Amino acid sequence: MIVTENLSKKFDDFLAVDDLNLQVSTGQVLALLGPNGAGKTTTIRMLTSVLRPTRGTARVAGYDVIHQANAVRARVGVLTEMHGLYDRMFADEYLDFFGQLYGLAEHPRRERLEELLERFGLTGVARKRIGEYSKGMRQKLALARALLHDPPVLLLDEPTSAMDPESARLVRNAILDLRSAERTLVVCTHNLSEAEELADQIAIIRLGRIVAQGSPQELKKDLLGPSEYELRLATPLNGYLPALPMGVRITAWGDTWLRYHSSSPQTHNPEILRFFLSQGYDITDLFEIPRSLEQVYLQVVGNGDLRQNREGRYAG
Amino acid sequence: MLAELRPALIITRREVRDQLRDWRIITPIVALTIFFPGLMNFTAAQAINFVQRYGAELVGERLIPFLLMVVGFFPISISLVIALESFVGEKERLSIEPLLSTPLYDWQLYLGKLLASMAPPLIAAYLGIFVYLFGVYRQVGYTPEPALLIQILLLTTVQAVVMVSGAVVISTQTTSTRAANLLASFIIIPVALLVQGESMIMFWGQYSALWWVIIGLALIAVLLIRMGITHFNREELLGRQLDSLNFRWIGATFISGLKGESRSFKHWLVDFYRNTFSELAWPVLVVSLALLLAYFTGSSLSTTFPIPLERINLEAVKDGQIEGLEELAFLSAGGVFTLWYHNLRALALATLLGIASFGVLGVLVVMLPLGIIGYFSATLAAIGISPFSFLAAFVLPHGILEIPAMIIAGASILRIGATLAGPARKGTIGSAFIYAVADWVKVFVLIVAPLLLGAALLEVYLTPEIVLWFFAQ
Repeated sequence: MIVTENLSKKFDDFLAVDDLNLQVSTGQVLALLGPNGAGKTTTIRMLTSVLRPTRGTARVAGYDVIHQANAVRARVGVLTEMHGLYDRMFADEYLDFFGQLYGLAEHPRRERLEELLERFGLTGVARKRIGEYSKGMRQKLALARALLHDPPVLLLDEPTSAMDPESARLVRNAILDLRSAERTLVVCTHNLSEAEELADQIAIIRLGRIVAQGSPQELKKDLLGPSEYELRLATPLNGYLPALPMGVRITAWGDTWLRYHSSSPQTHNPEILRFFLSQGYDITDLFEIPRSLEQVYLQVVGNGDLRQNREGRYAG
Repeated sequence: MLAELRPALIITRREVRDQLRDWRIITPIVALTIFFPGLMNFTAAQAINFVQRYGAELVGERLIPFLLMVVGFFPISISLVIALESFVGEKERLSIEPLLSTPLYDWQLYLGKLLASMAPPLIAAYLGIFVYLFGVYRQVGYTPEPALLIQILLLTTVQAVVMVSGAVVISTQTTSTRAANLLASFIIIPVALLVQGESMIMFWGQYSALWWVIIGLALIAVLLIRMGITHFNREELLGRQLDSLNFRWIGATFISGLKGESRSFKHWLVDFYRNTFSELAWPVLVVSLALLLAYFTGSSLSTTFPIPLERINLEAVKDGQIEGLEELAFLSAGGVFTLWYHNLRALALATLLGIASFGVLGVLVVMLPLGIIGYFSATLAAIGISPFSFLAAFVLPHGILEIPAMIIAGASILRIGATLAGPARKGTIGSAFIYAVADWVKVFVLIVAPLLLGAALLEVYLTPEIVLWFFAQ
């Protein structure tokens, strides 16, 4: 549904996006992560056919972003980083205006906007001027605008920024609802737990280049190493550290616990349990140490900084 | 076609509705529609009563149409502010991005906003004109000539189009309303001068001259609209983040334009003649036609503004001397460089004027000498000297190099102007302009300057000899 090949964008002498290769299938959610100025918004703008790539190609919903720009725009719903609302308009009037620009006929347009206002809890304030809306309400209205024409591709730039936790949950649930076999979503966010919750694929962009890409699990495995487990015992070890199976490495231990990395937990964990039980240790717990996407992100972005400092330029 | 216009009209409707909700726009429009024409009625009545006491009825007669024009102009002056707000204001607030993400063509967005910026002030202007006319009819029984009324309505309309389309051009080159307001003086000052000129025409009573003003303004409007449509596009609107001068980038782009992709000097020369020079084919044709036009215009002016025939004394030439020739310091070796410098300076000036006028004034400067040649050849024809003889003796000996140099220089200037008015083939308007200037430098250094140097040598050493030889026959 979204395929980019060496997609690049240069503004004068500034390379904003550099050889971006993405493939997001129908039904998938891709989270684009990266520090401010990494090139996420420029990427979104190129995928919306608003900015023309300097080099490379991109196809969105089967259409070329350069040669079939209007077809692309008709099939993409965009939540821009800045909401771009008209303060003197009423919410329903605003949605009606965009519905007309997307070519929706009057009756289905009215039905659709009422449905969206209802969905985002804005029906009661539909006849209020947008200038009087709170930040969260504005964000919801902008999201409703992006969904007006029921687009097969949704590009959401910071969909829950500036929202209170309840509204953010509402929007996240809406995004989860929007996942379907026919729809592709790209979400740019700084909220890493949100990305982990919503995305099938993560791409971390830095200085215009993708520096890490894959599912959250793959990224954790690739960048943070094998999973780490903690074994808790009812009886103290008294300094005893047993020889564990090949492929298991103890990373830390205490009186009644030890942590280890395992390259193959499916075989190693049962073996370790059997071993300790056979040695007369009572086991209270065995669990995987949770690893967050934040660790992955900091690892990637931090390494990038280190490399950049060492080499005087970015080597991503 | 109507279906394609519909999205533009949706934009217009929204923006007009938005303006009608803004008291800062409504208040001056209402004031200029109702109160200002009333004030002008009062002024007209008082002025007519006053001048009649001194038998100067003519002043009163001319004052009423003049005030009619003023009543129309004041409301449309607001269109400039509305346009700046509509185009650059929306860009600054970033509310334009959702619009750019819809399946609208750039021209639909442009047209929608253009109409929205003009419609309320123009309606106010028309209303104001009719309120004023109703008032003067009631007070002094004045009714305008239908032609004059049409002229004023057209003039008001075309002025609004020029101001709004000019505002759009400014808006595309800035990212803030502050910067746009500063640049708006490039519209306000010429329009103020124009209104002064129109006032002179109104008091002079030569209303037919207004048609030329209307035609001239319509042409400028077409040029500005074309430029606006070219530059009011998604790439230019969102690609520019800051109004800053990046000298390093300007320098690098210019050098890249000069060097091209050549690896050696020979390759560079071949590339210049194959690409840069061959791209001048169409402008060369246009400038050649313009020079022909200048020649024939000059010829025709010789009958309108003739030199008294008795002032033309060719006997002296037959005697082997030309009166005052010895005072011309450039007929010497040093004069070659004086002539060369003079011609280069004139073309540099033409380039600067061309940049400021989409190439038009630059070409006019280049046309001027041909106009003068045409004038003199027709004048000499009147005393029985064949224009071909005049051209062969006075012009061709050095003109054989100088005229091609002027044509190529004019073409190069026209091309710079065209980059400002036309779509950039690669990169932004800024980079396209820098590349065009780099091409101009190459054309001047490699072709125009050497040709002009050769022409100066011929003009000093050959032309005077041929003139003397020819007329001694």
